[in-house]
Amino acid sequence: MKLSSGTIRLIIPAASLVLLLAAVFYMQPRAMSYTGLNLLFNLAVPIALATIAQMLIMSVNDLDLSMGTFVSFCACVSATFLQSSPALGILIFLGAIAAYALIGVVIYVRDLPSIVVTLGMSFVWGGLAVLILPSPGGTAPTWARWLMTAKPPLVPMAIVASILIAAVTHCIVMRSSFGVLMRGVGGNDRSVERAGWSVLGLRAATYALAGFFAVLAGIALVGLTTSADANIALRYTLLSIAGVILGGGQFVGGKVSPIGAVIGALTLTLAGSFLSFMRISPDWQIGAQGAILIVVLALRLALNRLEKREKSE
Amino acid sequence: MTKTLKREEVVAARGVRVTFGAVKALDGADLVIHAGECIGLVGHNGAGKSTIVNVINGGLTPHDGSLTYSGREFHGISAARANGVRCVFQELSLCPNLTVGENARIMHAELKGWAWRKRALALVESQLQDIFPGHSIDCDSTVDDLSIAERQMVEIAISFAGIDQRPKLVILDEPTSSLDAGLAAQLMAYIRKFVGEGGSVLLISHILGEILSTSDRIVVMKDGRVVADRMASEFSTRSLVEAMGNVVREQEFSRSATSRTGEPVLSMPPRRGHGLAFQAWRGEMIGLAGLGGHGQTEALLDLYLDRNSNWWPKRQHEIAFVAGDRSLNGTFPLWSILKNLSIASLGQLSTNRIVDRAREETLGASWKQRIEIRTPDMENRLLSLSGGNQQKVLFARALATTASTVLMDDPMRGVDIGTKQEVYEILRSEAANGRTFIWYSTEMDEIRLCDRVYVFRDGAIAAELVGDEITEKNVLAASFHEGDAA
Repeated sequence: MKLSSGTIRLIIPAASLVLLLAAVFYMQPRAMSYTGLNLLFNLAVPIALATIAQMLIMSVNDLDLSMGTFVSFCACVSATFLQSSPALGILIFLGAIAAYALIGVVIYVRDLPSIVVTLGMSFVWGGLAVLILPSPGGTAPTWARWLMTAKPPLVPMAIVASILIAAVTHCIVMRSSFGVLMRGVGGNDRSVERAGWSVLGLRAATYALAGFFAVLAGIALVGLTTSADANIALRYTLLSIAGVILGGGQFVGGKVSPIGAVIGALTLTLAGSFLSFMRISPDWQIGAQGAILIVVLALRLALNRLEKREKSE
Repeated sequence: MTKTLKREEVVAARGVRVTFGAVKALDGADLVIHAGECIGLVGHNGAGKSTIVNVINGGLTPHDGSLTYSGREFHGISAARANGVRCVFQELSLCPNLTVGENARIMHAELKGWAWRKRALALVESQLQDIFPGHSIDCDSTVDDLSIAERQMVEIAISFAGIDQRPKLVILDEPTSSLDAGLAAQLMAYIRKFVGEGGSVLLISHILGEILSTSDRIVVMKDGRVVADRMASEFSTRSLVEAMGNVVREQEFSRSATSRTGEPVLSMPPRRGHGLAFQAWRGEMIGLAGLGGHGQTEALLDLYLDRNSNWWPKRQHEIAFVAGDRSLNGTFPLWSILKNLSIASLGQLSTNRIVDRAREETLGASWKQRIEIRTPDMENRLLSLSGGNQQKVLFARALATTASTVLMDDPMRGVDIGTKQEVYEILRSEAANGRTFIWYSTEMDEIRLCDRVYVFRDGAIAAELVGDEITEKNVLAASFHEGDAA
């Protein structure tokens, strides 16, 4: 059977995750347990959700540089309003999602670079987060806490949640009509427009969906950490972009993979633990994490070239 | 009764005018398409073929004139689609990241609801089987993984397919450009069948054999107007080429008899393994002609990269390049006119790697005078200039370098005639000084200025014309394939 190029693109991220996991188990056999796995992957759940949100934006050829501050803002709202007066909290989240849709519209209508607009928005979200929670604190809603610390039989929650996220987003992005149109906008928006669809509407919906997943990331993060802080998720901007790319997505052309994105988020989380197990000093960890990224991406580039050469022959 | 039904108008564009700035793309063109006929549309570059196609499919709203679908006036892409107009564009317009079935979903909004994937696949597969029996396309693969010919086949099949209602008019813009003879023949046969069942087809092709054998009626366009509209049987290849050409007697240009001395400054083996080899001698002005998109730009890029590595550009440039798409790869919109001009010659303007302002200004002043850049101050922003003057700056940028060869990628697009004349003068005098110009142009007037012309067709050089052989008729004859398809 001939492998499709989408499957080939998934092989490298999956293989690198397995390799990294094997290395971790080799160095620390005790990690090979229910609790061990849960600890390893716990923090991957909010990152995976943020990566999915970033992937949606990237599927229409844009980039969201406000992802980190937006997730921080959502975490602050979850730890305060959502906990004390759930109705108001949900209202704020709906407003935030509408704001995302509006950003998508503005970027398309005014033909602005998404990087500039979202970079500007990142200060807005950051400022709002500080207004809501000037100093670290707040409490996680009990249901979010319960959800993130639940102990399903056999497989730890972190794994169940990751698989669930991958499955649901795969259905939305790869299987549904909306997903096809969304990726079509990324692939060739003129042809989508010529076929009589509203590119504006599609982009607004994509941004809104991304906002929705980012809100989930904020709630999940607070569920894990029990309290929030205005700067809690600043790393997520770059982590989410790295996760999408690591998982086989591309910056342009609507080539994205939700399963790959979740795998990419898991790999990034695991890379951190792996480096700790290697006893690499924290000073060097960020550099080493970068090195892992470069190796994986170089592998993918080599594979792409091979594929292209095969096709041209 | 049947007679009146047969003459039902599917689309009628009457007296359509479209202007882009100073350029009249359509100047009162009439095109009426009836049900059950195949119309061949031919014309040279800039004749207005693509523009009238865009008007019919709703992508462009005409500035003047009427456009009716089945007798009623509508505007917009959705209206055109609702009236059964489908279009296969020359540049492939599928989404490369989606599968064949998913592309069908985008083109056919009716494919909604449960299990649309299965229905989309069935639809495309049966349509492909209808048009290209015996094809071997896997409809589950992404378009990226298909060859160019297969992509074109898929796009054609998706456009001809209909779920609730079949398309009334299918516009095919160079549908056979990447199909081999066998597939092209299958397509032509299908077009006849489709037309026989009451559909209409508007066929644009550079292969005159296809046009003559497949169409019922042939419409010839020139300069935004329809210059001939007759039954196909009344045309021959010869008369078709003549109809596309200029009726007015061509004025004579005085060409300097070029003396070829020594080795050619540039040469290139035959492209794609067929056609003629390319050679250029010192002081020559060489034109690259042919229909747009037949490999001229690629040839220019290859010539450039041949002398100048993509990885590590040399310090001393032997070749300068004047880009055609000004805003895409020509100008620095935020810089001043002077900076835009001097960017290519900074090496010779600097001492110890520091740019010498005084020399830069002298250079700017001298070129401002030579090619008459209309600005009070060379420090003004580039965008303060008109398009034609911006283009002059780009010319000056290339000419100010020490490069002995200048490559030009259709640089006069959208430039007014006065500016053109001025630039032609400068080019002539520079060529007399020993510079070599290689000039891709889509305009016949410019091609006729050249000493020697290579006519491109299907990515290779199809003909070489020297001196007095460079006439519109000869260029047209070489750019259109006589081919006996179908």
